[in-house]
Amino acid sequence: MKAKALNRSLWVFHVNTGSCNGCDIEIVAAMTPRYDLERFGIKLVGSPRHADVLLVTGPVTRDMKKKLKLIYDQTPDPKVVMSVGNCGNSTGVFYESYNIEGPIDRIVPVDIYVAGCPPRPEAIIDGVVKAWKKLEEMKKK
Amino acid sequence: MKPEDNTYSICVGPVHPALKEPVKLNMQIDGEKVTGVDFELSQVHRGIEWAATRRNPIQVLFLAERICGICNMSHMISFSRAVESIGGIEVPPRAHYIRVIGAELERIHSHILWAGVAAHELGFDSLMHYTWKLRENVLDTVEYITGNRITKGLITIGGVRHDIPKKKFPRIIDTAHFYSSHFDKMADMFLKDRVIMSRTRDVGVLSKRDALTTCAVGPTARASGVKKDVRKDEAYAAYQDLDVEPVLPDAYTGEIHGDVYDRVLVRLLEVKQSAEIIERAVRQMPEGPIAWEEKPAALLAKLKPLAGDGIGRHEAPRGEVIHYVRMTGEEHPYAWKVRAPTYNNMMAWVPLLMNEQIADIPVIAASIDPCMSCTNRAVKAGTNDVIYSKEHLHRLSVQKTRELRRKMK
Repeated sequence: MKAKALNRSLWVFHVNTGSCNGCDIEIVAAMTPRYDLERFGIKLVGSPRHADVLLVTGPVTRDMKKKLKLIYDQTPDPKVVMSVGNCGNSTGVFYESYNIEGPIDRIVPVDIYVAGCPPRPEAIIDGVVKAWKKLEEMKKK
Repeated sequence: MKPEDNTYSICVGPVHPALKEPVKLNMQIDGEKVTGVDFELSQVHRGIEWAATRRNPIQVLFLAERICGICNMSHMISFSRAVESIGGIEVPPRAHYIRVIGAELERIHSHILWAGVAAHELGFDSLMHYTWKLRENVLDTVEYITGNRITKGLITIGGVRHDIPKKKFPRIIDTAHFYSSHFDKMADMFLKDRVIMSRTRDVGVLSKRDALTTCAVGPTARASGVKKDVRKDEAYAAYQDLDVEPVLPDAYTGEIHGDVYDRVLVRLLEVKQSAEIIERAVRQMPEGPIAWEEKPAALLAKLKPLAGDGIGRHEAPRGEVIHYVRMTGEEHPYAWKVRAPTYNNMMAWVPLLMNEQIADIPVIAASIDPCMSCTNRAVKAGTNDVIYSKEHLHRLSVQKTRELRRKMK
């Protein structure tokens, strides 16, 4: 049987759940000319309803927990959740804080973890490639 | 809504495509005109100040770096200066110069990043991509010096952690030249473009009086004609040797409007100024040690007995950042308070957005270069909404100071 590829470009929605901006600016850097993810048609979109990939940064503050859940529910299936940065993966330096509900995988299921504080744009691109493969697999099922 | 009342309210955020960070703006709109502005914070509150009271000063240094990903070195410098002022720690001259180079590289990267965001908010995405491409040069140099693009970890208490050897100087000077030589092109694109002119000239005007009453700082205040720059007013680190003058928009156009255009202009001029400062700093850099105490363990042992209060100020890309630290002779700081520039500049949102068009909200809101992760130092608990007046807050602070004095006796 021929493997069926994803027949469209990935659209990404970015949620900041209390990040320090470090990961966020590296995500934008990955989109802009030096690293240029947009050449593959991958782009940041304004609504989770248009997205295939949820890119989540930050250790999830108490205020953002409900909003993250809501955004996850608004994203149509099949979807992939990417956690970018150490504080999203493990709450990082904020681990003991009273206002942190994270890490992200405690709130929504995470498929791809990108490590680094902040991760380099190359690492984010690598994560997106893995997300793409995962989406293709989901599509096959 | 009453029948004669034509206003309606729109709520933007906390997660919104125009805002890269979570913040909630509530606006009263009459037709297309903004008639009321309110904003809600606390989405990015991570309890950093509280966490600091459980860690030692060197750990707090790296916590301070993670207050904000864009101006991380500013927070490190401010925190270090606060602790240095407690202990009377003398920073060696070479370390001062390296700090200045790091801080100015950060200013270039932050201002160009902001210029790209402003272009994006105007719907001019090709310009955003162009400015972000220019920005990669400074990030490469930062990586060349410190080993990382964003979080640099360059500063330590009483100096810096890495030296910049002489063989790295040409690359830094090249970067400085790159940005001074690209100033004209940037100015052409941002300042002479008719579309940008019409979207920014006399839009979101902050008068000098409003800038003073809202205590605006940094480029936001300077664009309104307030001559305020910590690099000049306090002349800390190596800035006293480098002749830094506050940049006002009339240096380029001959007049001060205090609008979005002027805020773009001030930031572009500051990129050029920073490039010149870096070049001078590299040429004048003296030889000598780079830190008061280079070994972290020995430094920690020397910091342990410190007791007293310290304040550290620094001109971050967005304006003045102040750190207050109290040490009581224990391993952990007793208290740490961060006042980031956006806290002041956000107050300017109210006069800025009043009577403006809905379509201009994103660019005006972005024009102060807001940074939520710097600002969110408190969280709202409970539901009783009480609005405190300035007089009431002043009364409370006088009361608290008296109580503290009584306790300390």
